[in-house]
Amino acid sequence: MLLTITTTHPPASDLSYLLHKHPGKVQQVEISGGIAHVFYPEVSAEKCTIALLLDIDPIGLVRRNNGPAGNEFALEQYVNDRPYVSSSFMSAAIVKAFSTAMNGRCKEKPELVNVAMPFEISLDVLPVRGGEKVLQELFVPLGYSIESTRHIIDPAFPSWGESRYFSVKLRNTLTVQQLLSHLYILIPVCDNDKHYWVGRNEIEKLLEKGQAWLPQHPARELITVRYLKHQKSLANEALEILLKDESTVLEEEAPLTTERKIRVHDLRLQTVLEELQQTGAKRVADLGCGEGKLLRLLLGAKQFEFVLGMDVSYHALEIAKDRLKLDRLPANQQQRIQLIHGSLTYRDKRLEGFDAAVLVEVIEHLDPPRLAALEKTVFRFAKPRIVIITTPNAEYNIKFPDYEAGQFRHNDHRFEWTRQEFAAWGDQVAAEHAYTVIYKPVGEEDPETGALTQMAIFTRN
Amino acid sequence: MLRDQTHIHIPEFALVVLIGASSSGKSSFGRKHFKPTEIVSSDACRGMVSDDENSLTASDDAFDLARFITAKRLKKGLLTVIDATNVQPEARKDWVQLAREYHVLPVAIVLNMPENVCEQRNALRTDRNLGKHVIPNQVSQLKRNLKKLKLEGFRHIFEFRSPEQADAVQGIIRDRLYNNKQEEQGPFDLIGDVHGCYDELVSLLQTLEYENTDDVWQHPAGRKAVFVGDLVDRGPKTPAVLQLVMNMVKAGTAFCVPGNHDIKLLKWLNGKNVQLTHGLEESITQLMEHPAAFREEIKIFLDGLISHYVFDGGKLVVAHAGLREEMQGRGSARVREFCLYGETTGETDEFGLPVRYNWASEYKGSAMVVYGHTPVPEAQWLNRTIDIDTGCVFGGKLTALRYPEKELVSVPALHTYSKPVRPLLPPVVHTTSLQQEFDDVLDISQFLAKQIVTTNYGHNITIRQEHAIAALEVMSRFAINPKWLIYLPPTMSPAETSKLEAYLEYPAEAFDHFRKAGVTQVVCEEKHMGSRAIVVVGKNEAAITKAFGITNEGIGTVYTRTGRAYFTDKTLEQAFLQRINEALERAGFYEQFETDWVCLDTELMPWSAKAQSLLETQYGLVGAAAIHALHATVNSLEHTVASIPEAGVLLEKYTTRQQQVAQYIKAYQQYCWPVNSLDDYKLAPFHILATAGKTWTDKDHAWHMEAIRQLCAADPAFLLATPYKVVDVQDPQQVQEATDWWLRLTESGGEGMVVKPFQFIHRNGKGLTQPAIKIRGREYLRIIYGPEYTFPEHLRRLKERGLSGKRSLALREFVLGLEGLQRFVNKEPLQRVHECVFGVLALESEPVDPRL
Repeated sequence: MLLTITTTHPPASDLSYLLHKHPGKVQQVEISGGIAHVFYPEVSAEKCTIALLLDIDPIGLVRRNNGPAGNEFALEQYVNDRPYVSSSFMSAAIVKAFSTAMNGRCKEKPELVNVAMPFEISLDVLPVRGGEKVLQELFVPLGYSIESTRHIIDPAFPSWGESRYFSVKLRNTLTVQQLLSHLYILIPVCDNDKHYWVGRNEIEKLLEKGQAWLPQHPARELITVRYLKHQKSLANEALEILLKDESTVLEEEAPLTTERKIRVHDLRLQTVLEELQQTGAKRVADLGCGEGKLLRLLLGAKQFEFVLGMDVSYHALEIAKDRLKLDRLPANQQQRIQLIHGSLTYRDKRLEGFDAAVLVEVIEHLDPPRLAALEKTVFRFAKPRIVIITTPNAEYNIKFPDYEAGQFRHNDHRFEWTRQEFAAWGDQVAAEHAYTVIYKPVGEEDPETGALTQMAIFTRN
Repeated sequence: MLRDQTHIHIPEFALVVLIGASSSGKSSFGRKHFKPTEIVSSDACRGMVSDDENSLTASDDAFDLARFITAKRLKKGLLTVIDATNVQPEARKDWVQLAREYHVLPVAIVLNMPENVCEQRNALRTDRNLGKHVIPNQVSQLKRNLKKLKLEGFRHIFEFRSPEQADAVQGIIRDRLYNNKQEEQGPFDLIGDVHGCYDELVSLLQTLEYENTDDVWQHPAGRKAVFVGDLVDRGPKTPAVLQLVMNMVKAGTAFCVPGNHDIKLLKWLNGKNVQLTHGLEESITQLMEHPAAFREEIKIFLDGLISHYVFDGGKLVVAHAGLREEMQGRGSARVREFCLYGETTGETDEFGLPVRYNWASEYKGSAMVVYGHTPVPEAQWLNRTIDIDTGCVFGGKLTALRYPEKELVSVPALHTYSKPVRPLLPPVVHTTSLQQEFDDVLDISQFLAKQIVTTNYGHNITIRQEHAIAALEVMSRFAINPKWLIYLPPTMSPAETSKLEAYLEYPAEAFDHFRKAGVTQVVCEEKHMGSRAIVVVGKNEAAITKAFGITNEGIGTVYTRTGRAYFTDKTLEQAFLQRINEALERAGFYEQFETDWVCLDTELMPWSAKAQSLLETQYGLVGAAAIHALHATVNSLEHTVASIPEAGVLLEKYTTRQQQVAQYIKAYQQYCWPVNSLDDYKLAPFHILATAGKTWTDKDHAWHMEAIRQLCAADPAFLLATPYKVVDVQDPQQVQEATDWWLRLTESGGEGMVVKPFQFIHRNGKGLTQPAIKIRGREYLRIIYGPEYTFPEHLRRLKERGLSGKRSLALREFVLGLEGLQRFVNKEPLQRVHECVFGVLALESEPVDPRL
């Protein structure tokens, strides 16, 4: 909400020339979503402070219906932090209020433009995703010293813990143009959000304001990715231009864990596919098909004459339809596949008559009391000859670097079972519905914990 | 044809096929005797698919269209007339087949006109140009096959050989189908398979208070008996049973439908070669002791039995082996087969008997179906059907179902007269009913599409497919066992926006609203700020199992307005419920309400107990950001004012903002307190929704408040009786008092109040009135509209809000809620209860301003 910039570079009052704002007045600039006030709390030869104060219209934010989308509650909810924080709105105010200084011009005293001066900046309040560590990573390499106070959510309820809001003081000696370009880019990077849609022209802004310092910045990937609102293609494009000859682009750090995850999931699907092929099944149903990764593999294998994909999420099915390019398949291929919206807790005639059904990482998304319904739907009513079920092996969790006891791998998991728990469930289901079951690890088996994923293969007696 | 054909008779539900060459007068005949909408004309269909009624190339498509329209009409049970030449047997075959598919009787009306009559008429027509050979061809084709119509499957055939004959027909009389007894409203006593067990039958009739006068059993109150068939075979006194039933039927004190055994006996009586198995031999031996005239009488009686009956305006169907919905009230060989033998899967079991297909498990019809045929240890309801053959002849019992009371009355068998091939399972002690077991998994089909929920509250509620899609996902991923979900509460609309400058909501508008709606008395209840929670609690687990069919899930549950479990910790949930249970016991609630369970509509506090993440990620965060930012800003402005006086305006504005944010923080803080033990929860019930066999929506809100107050007195530290006022909206003083009360409540931090019509369900000439309207306090609304909403320029804009969408939604959800509860206490199949609950969830995905 409030940014102040203070200098003691004598005569300090020259700051008003540099920033091209009259020291004796309160001035306004218009920004989208409201206005910003510019005024001087203090002007003397020894010390001069200029303040940029946001005046965002909270009702207007909602009415325009294009509030800060990335914020977790902004669009749906109407009680909103945007009017009170320093975010991309502040960047918009900086560029509007101090455009001449940002462009490195000063009509009255052009000699000041290239003078490095001592500055003290205060921001009230700055939301920082990632806390002090990120703050340090962003500002220290640029020569700032940081003094920050993290605010707790509510002193009346200490157990609610700390907020992501900081009151921040930064000190550095540099030119005003450098200072403003840092703030312009790094404020929304701290917030990790933007109040407007981010497109290709955002790359230009980043390059223009960051050209001088971003390529050397050790956190350039983080800055680029966050600034471009995590749009991978935009970020890669920007980094390519930024780094030019340096060929070590994005791959190094951030994507490593996701890469690994991708490999694990592909492996899981490959395993299920091979199992299915061995059963000789011709008509198969992928129950909980999600966005259709396994369906694609199944379509690729001629053995499967008909493939059904079912998911409870209509949205996921639309993505699957898109990814599989169902509309563009030739007619004979189109007849091999069908996507249906459905649920494993309801009996469904459409699931009858299949040779095999697979549930890849599905059961753990159901509350344990609802499993009884799933068992009946699959094993009593649909009763395919083969049922393959995979689920996480909870024992393996201790091998994750950021493992915390009681933590599940995904926040929608309702349970994660040890191998013994899975087998107890599987044995009971098999006994009740006249199936025979065997268990297999999926992935490399650790002698202590077993494999990452466990699989049960049920065959109807 | 020599008979008098001035009035011809056809069944009320028939597929009438007009047969005749072009220009033989079919269309005029049709127009004269049938409604235009009853006639499906091939010419018209040809026109619709090709713009040319004479186009021969369009014939196939036109036929498809005609067939499609006809099928839709027959499905709905509407008489339909086919206006096409139909002179070739192949063309007629299709119609006969379609009639069979829908179990409709095909009727042929033949206009067999002399060739020259057709030619002359055709010559006068300008709209048609037929080749010379067409009419002669058609006439000769017609004549060639005319004799085979009966063989083709037509049950009624009428032929006219001259225009005079056709014109002589003055009217077509539509005869009721024999199975249509809709005017017979009962009350009935439906009696299961007797199989010659005369003594048990007499004993049952006596138990049912029938009296025997001159060999005719009759009920003094005019009740009628209905026999579901299989009177004969296996048992000791088949002739006596037949005599008794024949006498009753003849005297009009009973109805009877045939069973497969009865029909087999008829075949034997008719001299057909039948195997003397399954007890037929006993019947024959017994009958041979009687004179031939008696056997002749039996033959006529059995021959006259109608496959099934539809009684009481379509509400009751009786057939020996049951009947699918699409066959009820229809007539065809397949219907008769089904009535007699039911349906089999084609497999045989280990005793060599055919495996029966459980048609009842898929039954979704609205008529109650009562049947026998398959002996069961206990008669049990499943999807509005019930098998009342309790195997008397096998040593079980003879059972009657009283209609409409739905009471079962049985007398035990005196002996085991016959040993069944497949042993009758001994009656198992079931903790859950057949219906409840069946309801373990609901069928998805109806929830995938648009639904129209028919309710008893004057509204039928439409659920759009896109909303059903959303609800299915929520229901599947987050909701608890649907057996618990007997009710979801409706959304509640706020009062119309206040005309007062400083208020968005104020009591006056709520009182105005109800006054205009014709409500004279309202109840104002304090609105607690917690989480809406539906509490189901039983005396013990057995009570829950009996009423809800749920085992091993404890003595009850607490769920949110979207059907999620309120507690994630099962142990805590059960402790919470146990505490309510103890209060119910102490208050004598179970005795007073003659129940062992109750469903309560409540508010559960503190808000922070359920909304913790919302507080941490939203309300608390916004407060933290705002209070620190504004503190720094006001500081900075205070410095500035010293040198730049014009900054005073800003200082004033930001100081006000700071105060408002402080008020906002205070507002949400009041609804938060830490929960360390059960004592920290407060539960405020406000409706007693249902108890065993009863909903309480017929009681007014003062009754609910008082009944709940008594309950709360049993555990005042935990249960909160809601303060309320009854207000006469015509009395300005009472209105003022209530308004002052609201001001006091909200100024001290209360959320506000809810105003309801005194009656739970209030109607006026236009329909249902809003069940409740909330008036939220000025401070509380900061949580909803933002900390600074009271700034005049903000408030001015916020006042532009429309309530009609919210109001319509509230009414529709209210109706669905009531309907679901009623269906549950009526012990309807879960599918029917779930339909209502699912509907509320689906409606909740309609886009409505969440701040309302």
